[in-house]
Amino acid sequence: MKLVTVSAGLSVPSATRLLADRLGEAAAARVPGLEVRVVELRDLAVDVAKAFVTGFPGTALREVLDEVAGADALIAVTPIFTASYSGLFKSFFDVLDRDALAGKPVLIAATGGTARHSLALEHAVRPMFAYLRAVVMPTAVYAAAEDWGSSEGLAERIERAAGELAAQLLNQPVRRAAAPFVPFDQLLDSVRPASGT
Amino acid sequence: MMQFGVFTVGDVTPDPTTGRTPTEHERIKAMVAIAQKAEEVGLDVFATGEHHNPPFVPSSPTTMLGYVAARTERLILSTATTLITTNDPVKIAEDYAMLQHLADGRVDLMMGRGNTGPVYPWFGKDIRDGILLAIENYALLHRLWREDVVDWEGRFRTPLQGFTSTPRPLDGLPPFVWHGSIRSPEIAEQAAYYGDGFFANNIFWPKEHFQRLIDLYRDRFEHYGHGTREQAIVGLGGHVFVRRNSQDAIREFRPYFDNAPVYGHGPSLEDFMAETPLTVGSPQQVIERTLRFREYFGDYQRQLFLIDHAGLPLKTVMEQLDFLGEIVPVLRKEFAIGRPASVPDAPTHQSRLARLKEVTA
Repeated sequence: MKLVTVSAGLSVPSATRLLADRLGEAAAARVPGLEVRVVELRDLAVDVAKAFVTGFPGTALREVLDEVAGADALIAVTPIFTASYSGLFKSFFDVLDRDALAGKPVLIAATGGTARHSLALEHAVRPMFAYLRAVVMPTAVYAAAEDWGSSEGLAERIERAAGELAAQLLNQPVRRAAAPFVPFDQLLDSVRPASGT
Repeated sequence: MMQFGVFTVGDVTPDPTTGRTPTEHERIKAMVAIAQKAEEVGLDVFATGEHHNPPFVPSSPTTMLGYVAARTERLILSTATTLITTNDPVKIAEDYAMLQHLADGRVDLMMGRGNTGPVYPWFGKDIRDGILLAIENYALLHRLWREDVVDWEGRFRTPLQGFTSTPRPLDGLPPFVWHGSIRSPEIAEQAAYYGDGFFANNIFWPKEHFQRLIDLYRDRFEHYGHGTREQAIVGLGGHVFVRRNSQDAIREFRPYFDNAPVYGHGPSLEDFMAETPLTVGSPQQVIERTLRFREYFGDYQRQLFLIDHAGLPLKTVMEQLDFLGEIVPVLRKEFAIGRPASVPDAPTHQSRLARLKEVTA
């Protein structure tokens, strides 16, 4: 099975990437044979902007979008900027195919300077993935700067969230790709008038 | 064997090198001049877009194509695309049958859904019905051209009782129809179902994207019993700017590229050439790149080039046509090499009429 972790952190090293790695490792520890791929959106920032302008993703971005679409689960981690997810984080999911996350287990997480921004996960990040029809894990993990120096809370939240994701992964039926087209007689049926013959 | 031509969006765009915007009148006359020049340099097809909003001028394709028909002898007049979603299929049936008579059969058309959301409500339609409108309207159009008297009822249009669309198609043979698509597998499926042509716009997007659509169309064409997948009728767009030497082409085209509607202010010209079929260079480079389309998409029937957008002045576009006049004979010769005899030629009124007579004889 394959897990893709998307990190929208901007600095190197970044707390966002650190949190993404911790979550990925915790999930991998619970799911035997889980393959984890980490995507740094920073490296794709210019490609994402170009995709907006041209209407199609370039080669490097397309490869990542396909990887996300083909993954069995996703961990998505963003820094909280201006009371919400970062623009880059949102932009990446804007260029992703609308149906790519449908039915996919997604663990959401965020980082920020203070714990006062933690509910942005519930008010901004969770609704976005709900719109994309992802199966969002009940536990969303927020890491404030102070959490990295504390022995309480964060590690436990990471374990709980990873446990939820692992349970989803281990129980879910094999995903089947949707048919690439609808046969024409079905298309014709859908325009047949109700009273028609 | 194959047909070559140009297709135009009909945009009125400022020339970024001079800041000058042509008037609508100038642009319309320029489109006509491009069509006439296309015939003069030996091309086979001129196709006009259909748009109902600025900065585009071609809202009335059959008016324009009728005028071009009167001023040309051999050129096939086509569209890229006819809005099958928002036009009344009855009016399409009438307009294009009339054009077919006036042009002595030198007419085909390409159906498309259009890509401007607001155009739907302007014509009393809902964009959410886009695909279904394309399905229903074309199903009716298909009958109106083939049955003298039609009783019909659908979801979107007033029912018809005992309706005859006039004039009847020339020689009882409806214009050949291509279905154009950038994204929708449903449209590839529709083209396959009817045994019509499928045109992949093949510009602005990577080739892999169009390979998937064309593969689907070819498979389904065979599934519906119209022939083998190699016998499906495929058209492709292309996007070129040519100068005698490639450095001049790149230097001259770059400001148009950088400021172009649709893709400007984004990737570099070099990146875009690598990612999409755009070719800016010498005649030989255009020849080599275009010949490679056959490797990606299989032997095909029609190649249309986009040469007149992004504010390029008419004089430059006419020079592009002169280059195409040199390039196309080489392409004809090269594409013919190794082309299996089972691959059909591009459809014309005469070839389809001859086949119809064979079948009914």
